[in-house]
Amino acid sequence: MDAASIGWLALPLAILGGAIRVSTPFIFVSIGELITEKSGRINLGLEGTLMLGAMAGYGISYLSGSPWLGVLSAGLAGMAFGLLHGLLCSVKRVNDTAIGISLIVLGTGLAFFLGKPLIEPKAPPLPSIALGFWSSVPQVRAALDVNALFFVGIALAFAVYVFLNRTGWGLMLRTVGDSEEAARALGFPVLRVRIIATMAGGFLAGVGGSFLSLSYPGSWSEGLSSGQGIMAVALVIFARWRSINALGASLLFGGAGALGPALQGIGVTGYYYLFNAAPYVLTLAIMVASTSRAAPFADAPGELKLHR
Amino acid sequence: MSSISGIEPVPPKPLVTAARLSVALPVLAVLLASAIFAAFVALYGQNPATVFGLIVQGGFGSSFAWQDTLSRAAPLVLVGLAVAIPAQAGLVIIGGEGALVLGGLAGAVATLPFAGTHALPMQFLMLVAGALIGGLWFGLAGVLRQYRGVNETISSLLLSYIGIAVFHHLTEGMLRDPASFDKPSTHPIDPSYMLPTLPGVSVHAGLAVSLLLAIAVHVVLRYTRWGFALRVVGGSARVARMIGLAVNRWIIGASVVAGGMAGIAGAIEVAAVQGTANSSLIVGYGYSGILVAFLARHQPLAIVAVALLIGGMQASASLLQRRLGLPDATMLVFQGLIFVCVLVADAIAQQLRETTRR
Repeated sequence: MDAASIGWLALPLAILGGAIRVSTPFIFVSIGELITEKSGRINLGLEGTLMLGAMAGYGISYLSGSPWLGVLSAGLAGMAFGLLHGLLCSVKRVNDTAIGISLIVLGTGLAFFLGKPLIEPKAPPLPSIALGFWSSVPQVRAALDVNALFFVGIALAFAVYVFLNRTGWGLMLRTVGDSEEAARALGFPVLRVRIIATMAGGFLAGVGGSFLSLSYPGSWSEGLSSGQGIMAVALVIFARWRSINALGASLLFGGAGALGPALQGIGVTGYYYLFNAAPYVLTLAIMVASTSRAAPFADAPGELKLHR
Repeated sequence: MSSISGIEPVPPKPLVTAARLSVALPVLAVLLASAIFAAFVALYGQNPATVFGLIVQGGFGSSFAWQDTLSRAAPLVLVGLAVAIPAQAGLVIIGGEGALVLGGLAGAVATLPFAGTHALPMQFLMLVAGALIGGLWFGLAGVLRQYRGVNETISSLLLSYIGIAVFHHLTEGMLRDPASFDKPSTHPIDPSYMLPTLPGVSVHAGLAVSLLLAIAVHVVLRYTRWGFALRVVGGSARVARMIGLAVNRWIIGASVVAGGMAGIAGAIEVAAVQGTANSSLIVGYGYSGILVAFLARHQPLAIVAVALLIGGMQASASLLQRRLGLPDATMLVFQGLIFVCVLVADAIAQQLRETTRR
């Protein structure tokens, strides 16, 4: 089979490849948000964390020559921001939605400020694994050229599942998120658990951001993130606070995000912007379908205040 | 009286202290944010005094700076109101950017079929068209919240992204002026329809429109039963239902009015500055409105003052870049710091008020 003969198959192949690429940051951000929400807090500020991680990852990869060191620094930068969010939200009576929004402003501002000198240089990207080696069709090879972080993300989803459901610390996290009173009665350090959960969420969001700048799209620019951090919040609701579901939902969102570029690739350009809006429409449709007025969030952690 | 139910009358003195604190704390918060910002620019090798001097000079130091600041403040007041009005009813709607650009687009195309008539009705038509589309966009978030339980903060932001995509699609497709080569735009509006300049200050009339709307919103919220009803709904939907308020109608109504404000902001940008709808409308005014509204604690008159401050800060960014080579985002960092510090100060003020009341 050669390139010309695959015909219409090029579209699903491009969407598959795109779904894998686009979904990777979603996997990290949504599982990060999931861990935070399991502790009973919501972090709307991950959009800012994502940008900060993207910038830090790119910068450190450029300076050190090691993209993996970049990923680690992105995670640490995100973790620092998670710590900030965790501490700020520990102040009594603070409006956590507003804190999230303010950290989007601050995180984006810091990322743009510190990232200004990084727009020109080229940092070493993350390596990818050529799973399409068996095929001679270039589209198949392109679609199956999968970044290593994608597999880390899949492993992460299962690890978080085991952590939450099979370990003592996971039980503590869930208890804190479900009932503050019960957690206090059991002697769990509620605030500390929540701050650590927010830091863990920030770390993963930072790693997700580094994928944006180090793999796909693969360079640092100010238009790099387009709402992935906010969509992650919706995605966690859709996934009913289960990490394996979050993995599947991320792939679905990735597929929606890949639709526009894939169609453009085969020459359909008329509705470019509308197809690019597909992930937002999908998120909205899913939120409409998966919530209801009577019981908005049946599986939500008890302490989570999605409705004020 | 006090002995009947055992409730002591509230002693006046601590309340005065609490009121004073609730003014003093935000001021302290801004000072703290300024101190952190000063440390930040100092780390970057700049003299903080020079930076603050340039911010004042670039925002408020000359008549040219004031013109820039005031024309930025006009849309900021409106997008601030777009956040503040739903906030009275307990909603956090943050999708002003989408409503703004769609309102601008509606304003830009509304008068195209009617070239060469009287200017005043056409200017009115532009603003109304912007208000209608903006209102529709926010109204969707209100409807989804009330009828489907969808979190309005997330849905409004998603709608904002969708609105921007629709805007690009239309301005680069169906509504594009073929004569606009490098920057896809709609057909320019009749030059005689452009909003006039206010005499004396050489700022466009959009500033007057936004000030009048801020005053109107202040009066409605403060002195009418509408404002009272909205606050009851925001306080507790259950109480509101008990006293016979149609909660859905109030919440969706507040969202529509708020979206209208953002839509008018877009229409003013088109009718007074751009003369056409293109990507110059998408400069983040909608997001700045969130900051403006929260810093002003959702009070319409305070929004005017904060919009001037933020408008001035944003106006000074170009001066900072020219003189010191600091990136545009410098002001974004400063705004983020102020935002965080003021929110924490607000929480502390509220705690203090509660403890003094007890």
